[in-house]
Parts: sequence; structure tokens; C-alpha cells
Amino acid sequence: MSQVSNQIRRISGHAGSVPGEDFSRDYDVCKLIDTTTCIGCKACEVACLEWNGYSFSETTFDNSYQTMPETSWNYWNLIKFNEHEREDGSMQLLMRKDQCMHCEEPGCLAACPADGAIVQYANGIVDFQQDHCIGCGYCITGCPFNIPKFSPTARKVFKCTLCNDRVTQGLEPACIKSCPTGCLHFGSKTDMKDLAENRAAQLREHSGFANAGVYDPAGVGGTHVIYVLHDATNPEAYGGLPKNPTIPLTVQLWKTPLKWLGNLAIIGGLAGLAIHYLRFGPKSEESHDSPAQGEKR
Amino acid sequence: MNDQSRLLPNGRILRYTFGERLMHWCAGVSYLYLLLTGLAFWSPWLFWLAVALGGGTISRELHPWAGLLFVAATIWMYRTWSSQMRESEADKQWWRDLPHYIKNEDDRVPKVGRFNGGQKFLFWGFFWCGLLLLLSGLILWFPQYVPWSLRFLRYFAVVVHPITALLTIALFMIHLYMGLAVEGGALHSIVRGDVSQAWARAFHRLWYEKVLSESTARK
Repeated sequence: MSQVSNQIRRISGHAGSVPGEDFSRDYDVCKLIDTTTCIGCKACEVACLEWNGYSFSETTFDNSYQTMPETSWNYWNLIKFNEHEREDGSMQLLMRKDQCMHCEEPGCLAACPADGAIVQYANGIVDFQQDHCIGCGYCITGCPFNIPKFSPTARKVFKCTLCNDRVTQGLEPACIKSCPTGCLHFGSKTDMKDLAENRAAQLREHSGFANAGVYDPAGVGGTHVIYVLHDATNPEAYGGLPKNPTIPLTVQLWKTPLKWLGNLAIIGGLAGLAIHYLRFGPKSEESHDSPAQGEKR
Repeated sequence: MNDQSRLLPNGRILRYTFGERLMHWCAGVSYLYLLLTGLAFWSPWLFWLAVALGGGTISRELHPWAGLLFVAATIWMYRTWSSQMRESEADKQWWRDLPHYIKNEDDRVPKVGRFNGGQKFLFWGFFWCGLLLLLSGLILWFPQYVPWSLRFLRYFAVVVHPITALLTIALFMIHLYMGLAVEGGALHSIVRGDVSQAWARAFHRLWYEKVLSESTARK
């Protein structure tokens, strides 16, 4: 997929102003999901399948609207339903469109050992390059959102691309295009953040959701997919959205201090052996007391 | 294998039987492959190792299978050698005299049997690290089958696997250095099986005396 942006700066042999000249916009992209206006219609799921060329997967029934427990390698966009019981005993149907969050500090990318298999673009999109993927599945462990999924036939890992192929052509992601209520928005991170904060303030002031807020977790450096939640203090209620997601501690340990300690130990060990050989050299069968002499020790 | 047939007609001593040699090289070859592919996944600077060995995908596919071969060879070794690898009183003294052993002052190192304290440590080090590598490796082999609720298993595996692998690398480097550079005759013994009487006497005196006494008792 294209790794360059298409914003024009200069045009050769061109009279007059350049189209788009002095037009300023933030380059990074962001998807805003307003869970308070989602009706759980699953149009985004279908649009995702259609655009990315996957057929509908077999569904499971668990006495709710939930059609399958989690996203899969060929089903990147799934609405998580939760019949949430509020403190006053009333029921609230929480619906959250689950997909890759496109973290600013992606755990999948940190964990991946294969050269070029995971790329983060300047606009914030994190995309898997299956032609470089070796199928080790370390990204599955690195992700705090349970998003990368292993394909048993391709033996490689797949996930939402934020429609990178559409975005580079100036189109919005397929899910955004399909949303009938307008709960999905797409634009620059700053614009989406503003829109989300305005909506959250509206919910707090006019709709009685005192804890309404924006989900843009700092633990992964912020995300390029953000949510408006009725209750931002309890994201777990929205189908297990982690409250403070971070790259797992052991993945961080393994990828930084352990790597340096291990490399130093290996190099130090090799140097130590070389120095030993220079100083002491090989053992000799002769250095021992000869058979003629009496036994020692 | 009893010791009665260890004194060969040509005067040399059989140190490793064919079975022991085969078992050693099953472990050795599989470990070498595991080491090279494992280092490729360890650091981007070493990813070329995977490329040289047929590509990252093939390396990732075969690394776990080589691991199973290594575990099988380790179990074989356990069945063959574990009874000879128990630490004796002489081994404790050997550890105390380790500085002399390192400085090649071998006349100041206690007499040892067929395996010295260091060799026993290598054996148990590889055995226990191998067990941990197997357990963590099985999780890393199939991360997609570890349910989200049990993800702590994956978090555990991604650090246990490299830490134990690094420990085996330390053991392996010393083992390789001793066998190839320090103890002349050791490589020949694990390839063809036999050692000279002088070698056996110098490095494994108690074992040497046992072999001699048993062969003379038989005459």
C-alpha cells in the first residue's frame, strides 16, 4: 500500500494558484465513535467485510445481540453488546464498535520481530504487511486490546487497517461511510478530539450522564480511534475496554532492559572466553602428576 | 553400558557409546538450529540469520519442531545419564577448587569420576532450562489458542523463554569452548567415542581407575 501522502505543494508549468495551496490541515487521522448514538445496527461490520473482501462469518448465539464473541482474522469490526445494570437497577444496553485502536505507541509493533511486518504511518495508521509477517504471533501478546488475529490458512496475522487504502486516496474508512446515525466520524485527531469533548460536555450538561467523557488512553500514547462513553469511569463495561491500557509490562521488559542485558552478557561472555584462552590456553594431559609419581589427594 | 568393555583392544578407552554420541548430536544439532533462529527473533540486528536459514516464515515454522527434537534428546539424556549426574562429595570439593580448574592448575583439582561438577551442572542446567523453554515455547507456538482471560500465560512466556534461552547460551558457550578449545581430545571422544588413557587419567581419574580395575579384574 502507498506510503506517501498526496497533498500537492507545487505543480510544474502551471498558471495561477496551486489547488489546495495554503490550505492547512492536521495530517494525522482519527476515527471518533460516539457510543451514545450507536444503535447497534452492524452496518459498519458489513461495510468492513465488503470493502476488505471477506464473506460473512458464521454467528454464535448467546441470548443477546452479540453475534460472535470477538473479532477474528477475517472479521475486523465487531460491535460489543453489554446489557449493563446500573446502580439504580435499570438496564442500559451498551454498544461499542470494537476494532484496532491504532495506538500512538503500538504494542504489536514493539513486540514484532519481523523486519517491516508492522508499519506505523505518519498519519497514525498502524498497518500489518502480511508479505513481511512471519506468523509468530508476538503482536497478539503485545496488543492490550485483543485485536491481532491469526489466520490458520495464511498462517499470518490480520487486523483492521483503518482502511489505509481508502484513506491514502482521500476517502473515509468504509465503516464511517456506512453509519446511518452519524455516530462515526473521521478527520484529524484535533478535530475529532474537539468534537468528542463537545459531545461529552453536552452529555454531562444536558443529558444527565455526569460521567460522560472521551476515551483516548494515555497509556499507549493516545489512540487514533477514540470513543465518547456515557460513563468514561467504567470503560470495562463496554465489552471489556481496558481502563488504562499499556504495552504489557513483560513485553516492555523483554524488548528493552532484557535485550540490552542479554546482548551485553553474550558479548561479555565471548570476550571472557577469548581472554581466558589468551591467558591460560588449553589444558594439558601432561600438567598432571605422571603415573610414575605417587597419588596426590 | 557396563564398564567392562570400555578398555578397547588398542589400549584406548571408550568414553561415549554410539547411543550416547547419537543422543548428544541430536541435542547438539537441534540446539544449534534453535539458537540461530532464536537469535534472529531476539534482535533485528540478527534477523539475517533467519533469512540465511530460508526466511523468517520457515524459521518460525520449524523452530518449535526443532524444539521438540531437542526436548526428546534431553529426555533421552535424562534417562541415560541422570543417575551419573548426581552431585557427589568430590564434586563439592571440585567447585571449591574451581579457580584452580579455570587457571589450568589441574594437579590442584580433586580427582573426579566420569563427569566433573561442571559437566553435571551443564546437564542439569540444560535439563531445567529445557523444561522451562518447552513450557513457555508451547505458549509461544500457539498464542492464538490462549484465551484472552489467560493472557497472563503469554505475558509470562515472552520473558521466560528469552531468559532461559540466554542461560542456555551461557552454558552452551562454555561447553563449546571447553570441548573445542580447552580439552584436546574431548571433541574426538564425542564424535568417535574413544579417549587416550592419558586423557582419561588427566581429566577423570576416578573413572579411569574404575575402568582399569574392572578390566584387570576380568582377566
